[in-house]
Amino acid sequence: MDFQIIDNCLMIRLPEEIDHHEAGFICETADRYLLREDVRNVVFDFERTRFMDSSGIGIIMGRYRKISCFGGRVYAIHVDRQIERIFKLSGLNKVVEILNMPESLQGMDSVAESY
Amino acid sequence: MKNEMEIIFDAVSDNEGFARVAVAAFIAHLNPTLEEMADVKTAVSEAVTNSIIHGYENLKGYGRAERDWEEVHKGKVRVRCILEKEILRIEVADSGKGIEDVKKAMEPLFTTRPELERSGMGFAFMEAFMDDLEVESAPGKGTVVRMVKKIGTGSWIDCEG
Ligand SMILES: Nc1ncnc2c1ncn2[C@@H]1O[C@H](COP(=O)(O)OP(=O)(O)OP(=O)(O)O)[C@@H](O)[C@H]1O
Ligand SMILES: [Mg+2]
Repeated sequence: MDFQIIDNCLMIRLPEEIDHHEAGFICETADRYLLREDVRNVVFDFERTRFMDSSGIGIIMGRYRKISCFGGRVYAIHVDRQIERIFKLSGLNKVVEILNMPESLQGMDSVAESY
Repeated sequence: MKNEMEIIFDAVSDNEGFARVAVAAFIAHLNPTLEEMADVKTAVSEAVTNSIIHGYENLKGYGRAERDWEEVHKGKVRVRCILEKEILRIEVADSGKGIEDVKKAMEPLFTTRPELERSGMGFAFMEAFMDDLEVESAPGKGTVVRMVKKIGTGSWIDCEG
């Protein structure tokens, strides 16, 4: 798993499988970064992710609650069909913006290689 | 043709991945679609995780931090699969603390452990991803979750509807 701060965004490159076993580590590490006041938004990158269960919903909702009161936003990139389905079923798509790699985030691909 | 398998394992989070991969391997020869495979894996993962964290309240192994001070419940989780032609039946059972009010527990967003970052979507996913879901539970005795799904139909049921 990789965590990287780009501008005011915390980029979280999620693992191949997101379940309860992985969740604690992701939450704990993300929250350590979120304590830094320069972090405003969170981007969850699902590029490597092949599996996610409801534990993923908890990870994302929990981080959303932490940053939304300061005006921060949560984004998701590289979301495949199955993960999008889980987003919709849980209503997560109402609080998380799924990005199809727009201009503003294009640079992240090259940055991603280095972290 | 009928085929049956059963696995029994310790109620620790390390086994969540093992359980869903074992069930996936058991049905692989039916050539399920990627979606069917993902549905079954998610449903198994939900039921097994529930047994571990709610049934036995085994939170050791939560994340990677070692927390040796936490007592690990010696309980076991049993996953049984019966395949009859293309009908898959899955039973996930524990002898943990059980559920007081099953109907309430199955409501979307209902969770007794919000402090563990649970979202209360587990049963909702099992219901959405499988064709049938039944939950039998007795407080102090344990819980059995029974799920049925037809494999190899190839149809993609969208959740938006
Ligand atoms: N095997 C079980 N033993 C005891 N209680 C259970 C069991 N399975 C579920 N429950 C109870 O039912 C509630 C709802 O379960 P569900 O899986 O829908 O949500 P959750 O596990 O709380 O959250 P999520 O699955 O979204 O992470 C749980 O909070 C728990 O109280
Ligand atoms: Mg659950």
